[in-house]
Amino acid sequence: MCLSRPFGGLLSALALLLLVGTAHAADLAGLVANLTTGGFGDRETAIGALAASGEARAAPILEALGAGQLYVRPADKAVVIGKPDGNQLQLSDAITGKPAGTATEGELQRVRINNRLRGTIEAAVGSLTLMSPDTRVRREAADSLFKRRDPSALPALEQALAAEKDAGIKRAFSEARASLVLASDAPAKDKLEAIAVVKERGDRDAMSVLQATAAQASDGDVKAAATAAVAAVRQTQAAWEAAQNVWYGISLGSVLLLAAIGLAITFGTMGVINMAHGEMVMLGAYTTFVVQEIIRTSAPHLFDASIIIALPLAFLVSGAVGVAIERGIIRFLYGRPLDTLLATWGLSLALQQAVRSIFGSSNREVGAPSWMSGAFQVGQITVTYGRLWIVVFALLVFVTLMLVLRRTPLGLYMRAVTQNRPMAAAMGIRTPRVDALTFGLGSGIAGLAGVALSQIDNVSPNLGQGYIIDSFMVVVFGGVGNLFGTLLGATALGIVNKFLEPYAGAVLGKILVLVFIILFIQRRPRGLFALKGRAVE
Amino acid sequence: MKLGSIVRTGLVAAGLVASAATGAFAQAGGTIKIGILHSLSGTMAISETTLKDVMLMLIDEQNKKGGVLGKKLEAVVVDPASNWPLFAEKARELLQKEKVAAVFGCWTSVSRKSVLPVFEELNGLLFYPVQYEGEESQRNVFYTGAAPNQQAIPAVDYLMANEKVQRWVLAGTDYVYPRTTNKILEAYLKSKGVKQEDIMINYTPFGHSDWQSIVAEIKKFGSAGKKTAVVSTINGDANVPFYKELGNAGIKAKDIPVVAFSVGEEELAGVDTKPLVGHLAAWNYFQSVKNPSNEAFIKAWQTFTKNPKRVTNDPMEAHVIGFAMWVEAVKKAGTTDPNAVIDAIVGVSVPNLSGGYSTMMPNHHITKPVLIGEIQANGQFDTVWQTPGLVVANEWSPYLPDSKDLIADWRQPMNCGNFNVVTGKCGGKGK
Repeated sequence: MCLSRPFGGLLSALALLLLVGTAHAADLAGLVANLTTGGFGDRETAIGALAASGEARAAPILEALGAGQLYVRPADKAVVIGKPDGNQLQLSDAITGKPAGTATEGELQRVRINNRLRGTIEAAVGSLTLMSPDTRVRREAADSLFKRRDPSALPALEQALAAEKDAGIKRAFSEARASLVLASDAPAKDKLEAIAVVKERGDRDAMSVLQATAAQASDGDVKAAATAAVAAVRQTQAAWEAAQNVWYGISLGSVLLLAAIGLAITFGTMGVINMAHGEMVMLGAYTTFVVQEIIRTSAPHLFDASIIIALPLAFLVSGAVGVAIERGIIRFLYGRPLDTLLATWGLSLALQQAVRSIFGSSNREVGAPSWMSGAFQVGQITVTYGRLWIVVFALLVFVTLMLVLRRTPLGLYMRAVTQNRPMAAAMGIRTPRVDALTFGLGSGIAGLAGVALSQIDNVSPNLGQGYIIDSFMVVVFGGVGNLFGTLLGATALGIVNKFLEPYAGAVLGKILVLVFIILFIQRRPRGLFALKGRAVE
Repeated sequence: MKLGSIVRTGLVAAGLVASAATGAFAQAGGTIKIGILHSLSGTMAISETTLKDVMLMLIDEQNKKGGVLGKKLEAVVVDPASNWPLFAEKARELLQKEKVAAVFGCWTSVSRKSVLPVFEELNGLLFYPVQYEGEESQRNVFYTGAAPNQQAIPAVDYLMANEKVQRWVLAGTDYVYPRTTNKILEAYLKSKGVKQEDIMINYTPFGHSDWQSIVAEIKKFGSAGKKTAVVSTINGDANVPFYKELGNAGIKAKDIPVVAFSVGEEELAGVDTKPLVGHLAAWNYFQSVKNPSNEAFIKAWQTFTKNPKRVTNDPMEAHVIGFAMWVEAVKKAGTTDPNAVIDAIVGVSVPNLSGGYSTMMPNHHITKPVLIGEIQANGQFDTVWQTPGLVVANEWSPYLPDSKDLIADWRQPMNCGNFNVVTGKCGGKGK
């Protein structure tokens, strides 16, 4: 459909006029003026009047109003639409659409709306944009009509349905039509057909419509059909919910994996209890913040790549701090696990306070790049891009680490030192250097985890505290020193946690998981996959 | 010798400095100390740090006006680090060791409950600036934050009347304030005819960061065909991932509005608010309220903190009011003695920042207007409704059976925080 917008709007306006059969000699300027005066109640009436007026400009004006972009210029009382452009707003006259100069937000008076008005506007815009040439706009119009269930939009919808060529949109329109039929006074036969169509759709919004119909229907057949449809949809939904929980469990598991895998190396191969591990994660998150700040001020077009840029930097920062800790503190405390624990605990407090002094104790905003925002649907599961990328990233980190351990000389030295330290030293491996690098590697990976976590959690000095206990749980459960154990442990704990949460609540769920791990450790003290290493004795 | 003369000059200089310092210390005996008991670290630091800063500004401004009773004010800041037992220890330190004349502090109700015994024992004064669950009125505490009928109940009324909400999710952090507030709200909703199956209650620990499941539950609860709203008593930095997850899951305010009682301009400073436009908060003050005294306050605040983007919020206004009332009461009583101040402060009226006045009532609560605001894309709130006048606090909720017969009146001769009007005795249920 290569109709230009005004023509499409005019077509729908003509359609409305033909069907409704009255000729509105609407004074557009008067209608728009009504929009800007009065209280919220008056504004609602004005929105309805403008939508029903059949004017071509009604849709863009109402869209601007809904987006908070409709203003009144106090100087000449002109009603304008303002599109943000840097610090200024590009103005266009609301009634004619012609450019009207620029202004800042402070110079104009915004036409205010509240939630209720937003809903009304959405429904009005939905019915006005049914004939838009943009597929996405038509689908949104269909969705909003489906949810709003305002029977007065039926004539326009029928018209749009008849003219629609795209199969997907046609189905969306027929579902919307079915929803509107159920809300109207149509005969029972039509309603039963409509129930079948809505049941086909079978998602949350369909459930809403069916439940509302079942509650409000006066006809016995319709009520029974709606109730049966509700039960059927509920069953499908239960299956999808289980799948959704599995997805949530995997995504939680990937977060745990990222946080814990660095610890698996330091705790596993070196037997060092590092309570400052959470702070390595925190440093990675703050590195991301600093990188984004620099990019925001000096190279804003690079914002989408800011995470990628932050990754190697976070690795280096946390790795360097890790090496410094190892050389400075831990080296003197090998073989004394309680002292290591205390020393690293004190260190974690010192690091938190240092970050607090430099950056302040309040949260820092780390934005999500565009490719990590939003979500898409897989059947009825909503998958957010952010979480998806974190799962992918966790697996990448895991695979890279395995390769480093198996295929690189450093990995070889690390394994040698773990298995038999005196013999490795006798073979000429510089064990202190390997220790420092191992610690650095573990901490560096924690830094990478921090970059990922900055997207889903607060970036504050306490960030690490939320993950240190979980990391130790995963490592102990999965088997100290075994990467596969960590992977399995993280995934298992994530899925179990997410399945418990809907039934037991977040607090009780966590308690149950902890109790389960305690009991598990009683049976298998070495965790899922035990590894011979320099044990913590 | 040259070195010797240098050393001698150095010693003389040091001596001068020392005497100046001791001179200052001698003058320090003539200051009035004010204690500031707010978490500067931990999960509540996001909310409480700014309250410490506003107190410093208020003390600074009062000193510029000549202090109180001719003496300068001195701020004593301690950090209880979001650790509730530590609040009690720090309160004791302030009252016993530092001998402060009044303490401005606490945020979470659990921190307030921890310090109550200390203030009772040592007869200190606590000005508590945060909205809370009510069910309390202590002789030594002045509640400058909202009681449930000054925040929670009007918010629920607004949703019922304006957005025609029929199903309710009460989501809170797991401690006394959300639990008690939800009890009150549940009783209130039921008294308005809402059925049990239309109410879902959910609690999460402090700092909870994985909101996927709960947001999915909310979505599911909201798809039953009736308009659903979430009443959020989530506190601290768990709010940030909660709102992020709401944005990610596509829950728009016009579908399922969320009204929060512990989210203000400060908590929104770390969140991208574009996906949150239209979600609500209920407070007694917003930074966006347009009137001269508010604008002057915001300007002074941004100058004091040297940050033109620093926001103001409701608990800060509560401290402004509380501090002004304390100063008035001290002037009226002519002394900082706690007993005299407690008697003098009832009836004191000071201007608030939304263009009206606030009065300290006999129940140790203040009168406040109620504002409902919607989040805007720039992190500010736009007032969409407010009470026509000031609301007097109902510290003992009339909706709970244990407290509906209780009133508090700290004037003589009643001098009681929980007087039972039915039995006619002081010390009814609950304290």
